Amino acid sequence: MSGFFDIPSDLQHSWWGLIGLHLREALLPVLAGLLLALPLGQLCVRLRWLYAPVLWVTTVLYAIPSLAFFVVLIDYTGQTELTVMIPLTVYSLVVLVPAIVDAVRSVPQETLAAATAMGFGPVRRYLQVQLPIAVPAIIAGLRVATVSSISLVSVGTLIGNQGALGNLLHDATIYNRPELAWNAVITMAVLAMLADAALVLVRVLLTPWMPSGGSGGAGGGRRTTPKTAGARPPVPAAEPALKDAAR
Amino acid sequence: MNVLNFVSDFFSDSAHWQGYDGIPTRLSEHLGYTLEALAFAAAIGLPVGLITGHYGRGGNALSLIATAARALPTFGLLVLMTMLIGFGMLPVMIPLVTLAVPPILITTYEAMRSVDPSPVDAARGMGMAETRILLQVELPAALPLILGGLRSAAIQIVSTATIAAYVSLGGLGRYIIDGLYQRDYEKVVGGASLTAGMALATLAVFWAITKVAVSPGVRRSA
Repeated sequence: MSGFFDIPSDLQHSWWGLIGLHLREALLPVLAGLLLALPLGQLCVRLRWLYAPVLWVTTVLYAIPSLAFFVVLIDYTGQTELTVMIPLTVYSLVVLVPAIVDAVRSVPQETLAAATAMGFGPVRRYLQVQLPIAVPAIIAGLRVATVSSISLVSVGTLIGNQGALGNLLHDATIYNRPELAWNAVITMAVLAMLADAALVLVRVLLTPWMPSGGSGGAGGGRRTTPKTAGARPPVPAAEPALKDAAR
Repeated sequence: MNVLNFVSDFFSDSAHWQGYDGIPTRLSEHLGYTLEALAFAAAIGLPVGLITGHYGRGGNALSLIATAARALPTFGLLVLMTMLIGFGMLPVMIPLVTLAVPPILITTYEAMRSVDPSPVDAARGMGMAETRILLQVELPAALPLILGGLRSAAIQIVSTATIAAYVSLGGLGRYIIDGLYQRDYEKVVGGASLTAGMALATLAVFWAITKVAVSPGVRRSA
């Protein structure tokens, strides 16, 4: 495995440089997705009828292959980082919106009533009661979004070397150096797992009242089947059908 | 709208409807890759998820495996496997199956864990063997969630199987990759909309399966 870290000079970055680039291209979209998903999720909680159409649209967007998304965007944003980051933002949004809506909705009515009785206004109730209770599910969504985002950035190599670590894959094929492909795959996998672990840590820090034994469910499973389902009207049929698809 | 024009041009061109590069051929190839990858992933994920879920052990190990599998970059794995194994179906199937196993595995496990324990106890009290409890009590009750896991895996495979074209196989990705290199955006958009359409069709198929397969009693309580 000689030359494992010998990055070809055409990439114009060192290994650490590529990692920095990769993290920026992968994490900024997740952040943007979260910032968009929070208000959108709140809107869907408020206006119940909006949720089903939003889910349909996001599912269709999610089904568009990332490469096709990139290529179509070249027309508008050129062969730039932005072209990679816009689709990743959309994918993050698709994962995060259902996670946030389900989480915020599953806050028990009694808790909300108690907060109102204590004199909380709607904004304060949202920020100090609903959001903290929803944190585990939001983090579960963030974990899925982050990990897939880190993996998807590499496809950007096909649209003119915008794939950060993924560019190593292209170089591995044109220079016939498999060790570069190993380097890319292993580095991306390690980055994804570190990001995942960091998010778990954030959850533990943000929810000190929860037992630390990983009650966020295995992996991205956020199936905390709300037992209070009887308290609200039956959900439209399209919803459960889409809930998982939108992951 | 630029994109909509591309779509209508792509589908109204009769040359796109016949021959080895025609829409029917590419669609059936894509369907073949999807079904094959889904079958492999289900063959791995379902039994493991059912058994670990039934005994309620190994959840942490499963979540570790799923996180690791999710962390492996699909596209990177494809390039790496192609360099190691050469061209063919295997280097495409490995990343697709890696992509599809975690959702199936985790959802199946969680679905089995979320089954109401009282009917399971009742079945055990009636003297049912563990295999029968698993297959006749827990599986029907967990089926809606399990199908949900299979559905999200299937949709991810449909959208990701387009990368098979990068290593010179067929499928709908052919239009996207060829369109990219030929600067033929009409082709790219056409391929993308076909893929998205196929994902929606997958949703519909799973909706129908759920209608048929899930027992009415479970559906009512769900």
